[in-house]
Amino acid sequence: MPGKLKVKIVAGRHLPVMDRASDLTDAFVEVKFGNTTFKTDVYPKSLNPQWNSEWFKFEVDDEELQDEPLQITVLDHDTYSANDAIGKVYIDIDPLLYSEAATVISGWFPIYDTIHGIRGEINVVVKVDLFNDLNRFRQSSCGVKFFCTTSIPKCYRAVVIHGFVEELVVNEDPEYQWIDRIRTPRASNEARQRLISLMSGELQRKIGLKVLEMRGNAVVGYLQCFDLEGESGLVVRAIGTACTLDKLSNTSAFLPACNSPSKEMKEIPFNEDPNPNTYSSGPSTPLKNQTYSFSPSKSYSRQSSSSDTDLSLTPKTAPSPQGPRIFLFPSSPTLSCDSPHLKKSCLLLSGSSIKPLHSSHVSPVVLRKSVSFTEELLLAASGMGSGSAGKEGGPFKTLLRQQTQSALEQREFPFFTLTTFPPGFLLHVGGVVSARSVKLLDRIHNPDEPETRDAWWAEIRQEIKSHAKALGCHAVVGYSESTSICEEVCILSASGTAAVLNPRFLQDGTMEGCLEQRIEEASPPGCGFCHIPYDELNMPFPAHLTYCYNCRKQKVPDVLFTTIDLPVEAIVVGKGCLIQARLCRLKKKAQAEANATSISNLLPFMEYEVHTQLMNKLKLRGMNALFGLRIQITVGENMLMGLASATGVYLAALPTPGGIQIAGKTPNDGTYEQHISHMQKKINDTIAKNKELYEINPPELPEEIIGSPIPEPRQRSRLLRSQSESSDEVTELDLSHGKKDAFVLEIDDTDAMEDVHSLLTDVPPPSGFYSCNTEIMPGINNWTPEIQMFTAVRVSRLSNINPTNQTLNKNFNDLCENLLKSLYFKLRSMVPCCLCHVNFTVALPEDELVQIAVTAVAITYDKNQALQANKAPTEKSQQRASTDNEEQLQFPLELSSDPLSSQPFSPAKEALEGASSHTGIPAAQRATSVDYSSFADRCNSWIELIKLKAQTIRRGSIKTTTSLEKASPLAEGYLRHRSVPSGTNSTVSVVKMTPLSFLPGAKITKYLGIINMFFIRETTSLREEGGVSGFLHAFIAEVFAMVRAHVAALGGNAVVSYIMKQCVFMENPNKNQAQCLINVSGDAVIFVRESELEVLPAPPPAAAAQPAGSAGDVTT
Amino acid sequence: MSSDLDVFVGNTTLIDEEVYRLWLDGHSVAEAVARRLRGGVLEREGTSVAVLQSDTRDHYRTFQMLERLLHAPPRLLQQLLFQIPPERQALLVQRYYAFDEALARELLGKKLSKGTKKELDEVSARTGVGIRSCRRQFDNFKRVFKAVEELRGPLAENIQQLFLLPPALARDYAAIVFFANSRFETGKRRLQFLSFGDFAACAQSMMAHWSQGALAPEAAEPDGDLPKSFLQDLKELKVLVSDKDLLDQHKRDTSGMGVPVLGGPGFGGSLGGGVPALSRALVNVGGKLTHARDVRDFFVDLVEKVIEPCRSDKWSPGDLRLFLTHYTAAPRNLPGFRHQALWERYMAAISACLLRMYHD
Repeated sequence: MPGKLKVKIVAGRHLPVMDRASDLTDAFVEVKFGNTTFKTDVYPKSLNPQWNSEWFKFEVDDEELQDEPLQITVLDHDTYSANDAIGKVYIDIDPLLYSEAATVISGWFPIYDTIHGIRGEINVVVKVDLFNDLNRFRQSSCGVKFFCTTSIPKCYRAVVIHGFVEELVVNEDPEYQWIDRIRTPRASNEARQRLISLMSGELQRKIGLKVLEMRGNAVVGYLQCFDLEGESGLVVRAIGTACTLDKLSNTSAFLPACNSPSKEMKEIPFNEDPNPNTYSSGPSTPLKNQTYSFSPSKSYSRQSSSSDTDLSLTPKTAPSPQGPRIFLFPSSPTLSCDSPHLKKSCLLLSGSSIKPLHSSHVSPVVLRKSVSFTEELLLAASGMGSGSAGKEGGPFKTLLRQQTQSALEQREFPFFTLTTFPPGFLLHVGGVVSARSVKLLDRIHNPDEPETRDAWWAEIRQEIKSHAKALGCHAVVGYSESTSICEEVCILSASGTAAVLNPRFLQDGTMEGCLEQRIEEASPPGCGFCHIPYDELNMPFPAHLTYCYNCRKQKVPDVLFTTIDLPVEAIVVGKGCLIQARLCRLKKKAQAEANATSISNLLPFMEYEVHTQLMNKLKLRGMNALFGLRIQITVGENMLMGLASATGVYLAALPTPGGIQIAGKTPNDGTYEQHISHMQKKINDTIAKNKELYEINPPELPEEIIGSPIPEPRQRSRLLRSQSESSDEVTELDLSHGKKDAFVLEIDDTDAMEDVHSLLTDVPPPSGFYSCNTEIMPGINNWTPEIQMFTAVRVSRLSNINPTNQTLNKNFNDLCENLLKSLYFKLRSMVPCCLCHVNFTVALPEDELVQIAVTAVAITYDKNQALQANKAPTEKSQQRASTDNEEQLQFPLELSSDPLSSQPFSPAKEALEGASSHTGIPAAQRATSVDYSSFADRCNSWIELIKLKAQTIRRGSIKTTTSLEKASPLAEGYLRHRSVPSGTNSTVSVVKMTPLSFLPGAKITKYLGIINMFFIRETTSLREEGGVSGFLHAFIAEVFAMVRAHVAALGGNAVVSYIMKQCVFMENPNKNQAQCLINVSGDAVIFVRESELEVLPAPPPAAAAQPAGSAGDVTT
Repeated sequence: MSSDLDVFVGNTTLIDEEVYRLWLDGHSVAEAVARRLRGGVLEREGTSVAVLQSDTRDHYRTFQMLERLLHAPPRLLQQLLFQIPPERQALLVQRYYAFDEALARELLGKKLSKGTKKELDEVSARTGVGIRSCRRQFDNFKRVFKAVEELRGPLAENIQQLFLLPPALARDYAAIVFFANSRFETGKRRLQFLSFGDFAACAQSMMAHWSQGALAPEAAEPDGDLPKSFLQDLKELKVLVSDKDLLDQHKRDTSGMGVPVLGGPGFGGSLGGGVPALSRALVNVGGKLTHARDVRDFFVDLVEKVIEPCRSDKWSPGDLRLFLTHYTAAPRNLPGFRHQALWERYMAAISACLLRMYHD
């Protein structure tokens, strides 16, 4: 009996009237944990009962404590008939099970009923006495801390980051059990809520056990999801990153208590090193073993066909080392989905299975389906195996690699769900790796053997791992998994960012070691992570590499896509922005295998187009890197939808992106040409406008310095277009290839035009707004404390009778754009502000219905400071650059008088006309055509440069005045702010919610535990509750309220890393019914305002170094 | 493409004051959108009508959900469903309970019953306040009335506590409740020149001086009712007019003391004859208050018997003040008059009312 749970029911308030006759209620409470139930006395005739009960004590195992929720039911006593339930409260007592979190749960909880919503509140006190259990074979994992935050939590220090933990449990969905036919909707909903609560408790416990086996003490980046597989069951799965964390006390320097465990940790791997298998968590549980065994006798069959990767996108290589170019070969048999399916019930059409190519010289550039088809991502044939140390890396790099390798190779999956890392952890980033597979769901016959699902995920993870390897990376960071289910088809997706990590963190992890390591490594901060991890010599794909624009020592790709947050040390020019690619694809309605086949046939095209869109939009904004990339593919009855969101930035280390060039195919058609040139002009204008908007004024570097070793011309990314809705027709993508017959061209034209149009229809946010989907907005760092987290949900009917891909695309695009517009309008009072962590989720609940849910947080910032602060981060780069600029200012002017001579690749101008008409253009010709415009570009950038200069001068003079003006209003603002809390003696404490891991202007002092809640709401009087909107509005508000109440009861005042993982909405207007399921999670924390912390007014050194104006702000 | 479902929920509930105003005024979503359009939001924010519609609908839904809580403002403070900063909560309540004085004036003294509610159409037409807004305001009056009807202690304070209203608004509601309770007649033509403010001020002085709470805070009777014993006692004052000696003495004293001011030309004569008439009127008004029907005519009587004669005599408000001061003080010297305290208590409110009502 290692635990005693104590519960006291204090009082209720605002109970609903249950007795019509007296307009009162005779309420009592049932307290249930496991199989034990206690009851309070009936408090007669009151809507505000004062039970003030004794302490109800439950003596239970800690295993039970972890799995079971505390269940509190409020009922109305009825002498003659059955007692009526008023509602319930489920309390997850997990936060009480580890010492550093909450010690007591006490407060008012909303009483929730799945039919009526919140009905009054109840005041409860819960405590746990935990006895130490030294049993080594225990099944519980009390004490392991869980965090949703995908970075090392603020008041902790990572001693060791152990790595990936995953688990899943399955069960039958109560909604689909036979008993559901005879029980009430309420009973069924409650059964479901309870089951999921139980399952997530169990899941967490099992993950905890794995962490303990790895000798960790915490899980960071914990992501738990539900798959409602309908008939075939209910899957709860979770992934996370096991860590050993040390609490940072305020004076962290001397803390022997903290140090000793870390020392232990240090020795453990040492001892076990010779025998890495024992160290790896692999065979710890029986479940785990099963994930390994792909025994053919299983009920599923897998068809991991590497052939199907190449089939559609047969590549064509440019004969010269041209650089990145993607061709879709016109004659390739499109997705002739090849290999015969096995006649088993489950079908895996691996979206991506790519084996690293072996030959050192792979001439055909293979365009792969799942690993995004990009220059920067294309897999390196020879990963780390081939002695890949670059020339400057030297033997150390090799050594490092081997070290990392050995540390990571022991692991089954070297994955990390983190998106932000301690400094020095991330050495290099390869690019995004992703894998998808389409599965047919089958009934889960035995809930105790979830191996089928386990195996599915294991396959996907293997694939991801091999992709990462192919990119020369040993690890995957920013890793996440998701599913999309429609009827019996399920798409499993996983994605992450291939990366090379610092091994020190993974082993003994003493910070000192890390620092040394970093010094030895000598990779310059701010650009090191951009340097390619793969071997440039054996690169099988034509990535365009240049020397890093920051350190000029190592190679960088021209574009970088990642799923992680922008590393803090990264040097960014200007601001970032939210970039979305949106795509719809019609699909024939089909059953089972046919359906799965058609979906998996469509997937590669979708991925490809999503990627093309992202690339074009990125270039259109004059940026060169994407962070936080999340591609969601949703499957519906008759269509697939793809939505990719990411935050574009301009990394100073990467080369300036080229523009977008449109090439027509019929050069002799005058009007057409004109049209093309018109479009081209529009695009160029947009790019220029965006550069201004996002303040992208990169320091121009002399071409000679960077260009010489790799003499490629600067590349344009061409606007590529695939015509692939009918699966047997694939047109060539590169429009400059003109050897096409007129027929294809026509279709192509309208298509391409529409694409261009859609590019240009993306409206930038109104002034005063920025948006991003990462934690913080690059280029803004003077946040003010006002935040507003929100969830917006829209369901739209695609009302086209004969929908085509184009109209659907447009509808979908409009839907997203309108939603964003509406958000900007709603939050207009917060201007200037930034929408951070904008998270779109798309679902296709029914035919023709599209549901989009957005959760994000709006954070205000100080505009006056923005100008200065904006300068501050770039100062480092600017300072050096500015001297360059001085010189350059003259240099380009000379240059502009005689530009051609100084351009290395502009000998021939006459080839320009030829470029579009000829096929298989020689490299030289294309280079010239490209270069010509690049010259124009350069001219532009000089002008910009001059503008920039002028601006900085002007800004400098303004700065002094603004800082003077600012001093007093700001001080007032602070005062006002401080006076507000003193005035708030309202009975309800304010709980902030944010999807970010931090609160601006505040310091998180304590993590109280994970919040993971699942609610079902149902109504049979939809019209009376205000229709679907009224129903969902109330429900979301209720969910927020319940989250806040739980946090407040834990003693917290905020939820960080809040996420709404699921929002499943179903309606039946004819029956006046609707049902909705919402799953949310986050970390409950206590934060303290920095302004309140300023008891000892010691501004951080960085702030002190800033101009007087801003330093003054800090101290006010 | 149509949006079937469109919601926006913030952790901190967004309140748009303009939309709240429109909602309170009883406009439908379509009307509200039209008005906002006319306000020029579109140009200012560069957004679309669809966005405005969706925004307005969101706010309307929020307000509809909040309305239930606004009916019991302390619940708004305690509820967990909407996180609203305290100053915003105060604003919501204040605006919800704010009323149009024209409407309140129409309803003063009327029974807050279903019957009255049915007549709101006419009231709405007369006052120009939207019918939906009229109904909401009427329901507010009724709700406040019901809530404090049976409560002891000062009316305004009770209202302030139960509805978290700012003091001035609470006092106005107290007046409304007071009038509704005693059913004073305010609709007569000759009373039309009196505004809601006038009546509210009168109600406040009457409650301040006459109610039991004014004398003993732990009074048994609610403040909204005029205390029976007091009204009964007022009959005793009739001696001032019934007893010839006292009447004469009173007249003399009043006139005597008033000579320096009131003795002016065109004054003295009429006053000489006027004082007994006024005196009789003033005392009789009090004496009649025991009968509910006469209570209703309280203001009619004051206007008819006091204000109109004074007005026809061209008294200035200053004259009236002076007269009332002396008239109230005079009985102090009357031999054998034992109701000095009662008299002064009575006259304090009467004087305040008269002075307030004495205008065009």
